Amino acid sequence: MITFSLRKTVSGARGPLELRFDAEVGKGESVALFGASGSGKTTLLRMLAGLTVPESGRIEVEGETWYDSAKGISLAPQKRRVGFVFQDYALFPTMTVRQNLSYALEKGGDRNAVAELLELMELAALAERLPATLSGGQRQRVALARALVRRPELLLLDEPLSALDMAMRRKLQDELVRVQRAFGVATMLVSHDPGEVVRTCSRVLSVEDGRFGRIGTPQEVFGGGRFSGKFRFQAELLSLEPSDVTVVASLLVGSEVVRVALMPDEAASLAPGDRVTVASKAFNPVLWKEA
Amino acid sequence: MSFNLQPLWLTLKVASLSTAILLVLSLPLSFWLARRRSLLRELVRILCNMPLVLPPTVVGFCLLLLFSPGLPTGQFLSSRFGIEVLFTAKALVIGSVVGGIPFMVGPLAAGIEALPPSLAEASWVLGKSRAQTLLRVLLPALRPAILAGTVTTFAHACGEFGVVLMVGGKIPGVTQTASIALYDAVESMDFALAAKYAGALALLSVSVLWAVQKQLSSHEVRA
Repeated sequence: MITFSLRKTVSGARGPLELRFDAEVGKGESVALFGASGSGKTTLLRMLAGLTVPESGRIEVEGETWYDSAKGISLAPQKRRVGFVFQDYALFPTMTVRQNLSYALEKGGDRNAVAELLELMELAALAERLPATLSGGQRQRVALARALVRRPELLLLDEPLSALDMAMRRKLQDELVRVQRAFGVATMLVSHDPGEVVRTCSRVLSVEDGRFGRIGTPQEVFGGGRFSGKFRFQAELLSLEPSDVTVVASLLVGSEVVRVALMPDEAASLAPGDRVTVASKAFNPVLWKEA
Repeated sequence: MSFNLQPLWLTLKVASLSTAILLVLSLPLSFWLARRRSLLRELVRILCNMPLVLPPTVVGFCLLLLFSPGLPTGQFLSSRFGIEVLFTAKALVIGSVVGGIPFMVGPLAAGIEALPPSLAEASWVLGKSRAQTLLRVLLPALRPAILAGTVTTFAHACGEFGVVLMVGGKIPGVTQTASIALYDAVESMDFALAAKYAGALALLSVSVLWAVQKQLSSHEVRA
């Protein structure tokens, strides 16, 4: 069990922001920190890792105190058993993939652990390559593997998939779930993507202006009210083209362009460039299984 | 006067020694300069760049005053620390070091500023001390900046004229570097001798550049 209660004032985009985070994370649980940029998610991860010092509070991990302002305890990042995957991956540029992982070994550490992780993360073929020669997805896997070498008690992931394309994201989300289960490590993942949260985490702590807002399963947090049994997508209107009695609207939904037919009176109030919500009733959607 | 290897040898020794001293001093200084901006850091940064904008003779003159036995600073250095350097080879090294500061600190500080902070943090989180992080992660990542600083500093020190002339005099066999020997040869209208020194200096610079280029390209192949 990991419990923390942390306070810190940071300078945000709209002036000083007081962070107040209190929560518990179970052993092996995977939790998403979901919220807008600048709401304090990364700072929370950094405080847990010991890279940013809180003003007050405590952090207790499996009965061990990592931080306690009242008792003047603050373990250095080196002494906390955390795995941290940075947004930019922070791979050591002059070391090969294998050396990046071996670097994390403690003195006299088990070299087999590195070989096993290379195998598990499908990196064995890339072991002698330098990070500069790897693709984004490969770098992300190296960063995750490196974070796991020390068998951390807590795995912290700061938007690890944000720089990747959709297909690679999906693949790595599945991989993350697999690895997280294999290691049984408590995981906290910062994400802006509800789909990613649903696929990878069992609980969501939504972060709003430096505090936890809604807390629950992804279905509870993203369901109820927001989706209400319908499909809703945010889209950008790209163009409107009259066609016989209807108007064909091209919409950018995520990274895909979708064309829908509108009645002329519906189209009258719209112009290209508008942000729109596309909704469909729960009836007659077409579903098919992906190959 | 005849061609003599001694000034070239002296040039090589002074340039190597001052480059080595500058590298050792500039690394911690550059790490400090690359931290968050402050007034003190800005002042030190300006001070480090002074030799770039001041004529070398002015820098040399300042050092001449600093070490002059006829002035309080020179007397203090002499009586307190036994430092009497003017017109010795040590003065050449001190002059080269001072004149070379911007050529070493510039590339190093720029290289350090370009390193993402997450690199050191990733190393700490992996349980490594600050010293281990410096030696195994940061310095290797700074290799191109270190090479660039070393080459330009060395090349600059080889050609240093104004500062070493002011603090070293031009005592043949003691403080007469190759560039000064070249100047002396021209002054005495011995152009054949001047050409030899000029050729030798050019050869020295080109070989250093070639060696470093080779180092850099072997590094790129690995990357």
